[in-house]
Amino acid sequence: MPETRDYGQYETAWCPGCGNHSILAALKSALARMDLAARDVLLVSGIGQAAKTPHYLDCNFFNGLHGRSLPAAAAAKAANPALTVIAESGDGCSYGEGGNHFLAAIRRNPDITLIVHDNQVYGLTKGQASPTSPEGFVTKAQPLGATSSPFNPLAVAVAMEASFVARGFAGNQESLADLMVRAVTHRGFALLDVLQPCVTFNRINTWRFYQERCVEIKDHDPADWEKAMRLARQWGDEIPIGVIFKREKPTFADHFPALKKGPLVNKPVDLEALKKFMESFA
Amino acid sequence: MTDKSINLRVGGEAGQGLDAMGEILARALVRQGSEVVVTRDYQSRIRGGHNTYDVRTGTGRILAPREKFDLILAMNEETAAIDGPALKDNGLILVDEKTNAESDRIVKIPLQELAEARYRNVAALAVLAAAIGLGREILTRAARDRFAKAPEAADGNAEAIGKAFKWAASAAGLEGKKLPAPEVKEKRLLLNGNQAIALGALSSGLKFYSFYPMTPATSIGLTLASAMKTMDVVVEQAEDEIAAINMALGASFTGAPAMVGTSGGGFALMTEGVSLAAMAEIPAVIAISQRPGPATGLPASTEQADLEFALHAGHGEFPRAVYAPGTVEQCFHLTRAAFQTAEKFRGPVIILTDQFLADSFRAVLPFDLDRCPPISVGMGNRADSSPYKSYALTESGASPRLLPGMSDALVGADSDEHDEFGHISEDPEVRRQMADKRLKKGEGMLGEAIGPDYHGPPDADLLLVCWGSTLGSAIEAASMARDKGVSAAVMHFSQVWPLRKDEIISAMGKARRIVALEGNATAQFARLLRRETGVEIKDFILRYDGYPITPEYVLRELG
Repeated sequence: MPETRDYGQYETAWCPGCGNHSILAALKSALARMDLAARDVLLVSGIGQAAKTPHYLDCNFFNGLHGRSLPAAAAAKAANPALTVIAESGDGCSYGEGGNHFLAAIRRNPDITLIVHDNQVYGLTKGQASPTSPEGFVTKAQPLGATSSPFNPLAVAVAMEASFVARGFAGNQESLADLMVRAVTHRGFALLDVLQPCVTFNRINTWRFYQERCVEIKDHDPADWEKAMRLARQWGDEIPIGVIFKREKPTFADHFPALKKGPLVNKPVDLEALKKFMESFA
Repeated sequence: MTDKSINLRVGGEAGQGLDAMGEILARALVRQGSEVVVTRDYQSRIRGGHNTYDVRTGTGRILAPREKFDLILAMNEETAAIDGPALKDNGLILVDEKTNAESDRIVKIPLQELAEARYRNVAALAVLAAAIGLGREILTRAARDRFAKAPEAADGNAEAIGKAFKWAASAAGLEGKKLPAPEVKEKRLLLNGNQAIALGALSSGLKFYSFYPMTPATSIGLTLASAMKTMDVVVEQAEDEIAAINMALGASFTGAPAMVGTSGGGFALMTEGVSLAAMAEIPAVIAISQRPGPATGLPASTEQADLEFALHAGHGEFPRAVYAPGTVEQCFHLTRAAFQTAEKFRGPVIILTDQFLADSFRAVLPFDLDRCPPISVGMGNRADSSPYKSYALTESGASPRLLPGMSDALVGADSDEHDEFGHISEDPEVRRQMADKRLKKGEGMLGEAIGPDYHGPPDADLLLVCWGSTLGSAIEAASMARDKGVSAAVMHFSQVWPLRKDEIISAMGKARRIVALEGNATAQFARLLRRETGVEIKDFILRYDGYPITPEYVLRELG
């Protein structure tokens, strides 16, 4: 069984005290708990500070374009279902630039996990409002305060009856690793939105802000859509952490005859079938 | 040489089943041994409008559409009026007897007597078939095949064809040009450019195709989707073109040969993915079926105006290959070449076709699939136990490719500048090495580039220089010019990038007049040639009204 240290230890480009460090640690611990060898894991990311995660542990990785991790991840999983595919990126990448792909991934339901480092601010470009920033959030780019209301990814996911919806907190590494295991082992598209302070650019949603508010969800049946919707919308003195909604449904791969016969990789061309197909044009 | 071909037009409004009629006709013609060149002209609407389905047929070398028709089947009054001037002097227009149109060239068909409403289009088609001497049985079989999934419709159409032939046998004035005796005995396919691209992709080992519907590229996806139940291929309609290309890159990185298809507007959205394919060094085949732009342009017409766009799409500097098929056969073979090039050099490769060729059915000999092996993807495993470098610096610039999860090696892809392992690097020396590595692959692509084809007498006085789908019209125009005593030849480029300078300059020979033939307004390829070879072509024949260049168009412009 692999141990956390088997996934390597690398110097990062992240600020000291950034929530990314504990998300990375939780991820390595979750991978070890699932007994996943580095060679069987594919991390897919977009662009942003969170999207650098694949460079900081040993695994296969696809560090693509801003906002575009989900289409690449869904197709990679279809090509080789033996890979455990995890998309990991920030709130700007996943919900802003990649908003359409986020909605499509929920509908498409590939058997992949999306871990969003949600710090409600753009870190890499130095502190502009993100899709999850609260209205009125003041930055150099939004000196009058953010003019758009925040995007609630969990409520949207629950409304669309996404296969698995959960919220984690970077400040509780153990519970976060546990949620990661549950998300990754869930069959279907799993969203894990992780609340995370940005110690440099977000003076509102600090470690202390979350420590005072984050509460583990108890006595909730994740099949209960109406309660899940309430939990997804809850934000204030208490912010619920845990699995909010779950629904088993066919995955993307389940729909394709080709994928029922194993991975697309290394699959030969069926010459007889191709000849027959060609002759259908005669 | 007199033209022995027969030029047929079926015209009407969208919703009258023109595509079904045209395809039944073309299939019957091909099966009985004739050649065909189909030109489809439709409008961006589901009902109404003025649409045509042209079939030029006969024996021998029939390579291009023609402008004048021997027979026009007008399914509505508008067609009879609009297309009347396109009729040859001795041609005929067939209309329903209720149509308000009079001329000695018009033959009226009592369609109401021949068939109930939903079979009248095929009944009319049968009259056209009878007029040119195409057999009843072969037409009936083609119609039955078209409606194989609807036995009732198949029977209804067959009955209508029978009655129509019977009526035609004694109809007055139905004397037209007759089909020459067929010369071809082999079984052939009725295939258009987009279907050939789909077949070429499948034979190359395509496993993943993602697209967002866009005319005139959609039928590549539809053709592949129709193979999903019998072939190991996944076809996914993406949420947008950006997703389509990023899906293809995810699949390709993992080891499933992948392709996307779109038109210019969709390709505009894909360009960041083109750049990613180059930077992350992931094989990607992109089929662009051009239509006139800018923006939405003429959605259902043809043009060759996205050459410069295809050449330059994607930010940053990186190599690419751009193929431009001139025939349906080339659509197949160049798609295969595209997959090979993409895999070998790990990057973006473009197939540049257009609406005319995409929709143009031709009679094509079946491809020898036993001799068309699929590409081999990646290099399997390796003996070396040192950490695998996804972007190893090599002599050729191309790094040996492993697939994630298929060995103990860890495989990376990165859109940032990166070191040999694929990890982010801002080191100036690494940057220089990696930029050189990527560009080095361009030299390899140049070495394998397909040079221009030459058609006609050596050292002709008049040289028509063309690329892509204009090939057939160029060859026929040159032949017609020779009939008039002009020594004329054609130079055709089926690969428009990269270009081998010396080969091109020497192939241009001693032509006294060189004319660039292009379906765009600014002679994009001529300018590219000048930039790359120094040869300046000053004489152009350009067309950008949405229609394909025809041999007659070329001759008129040549003056």
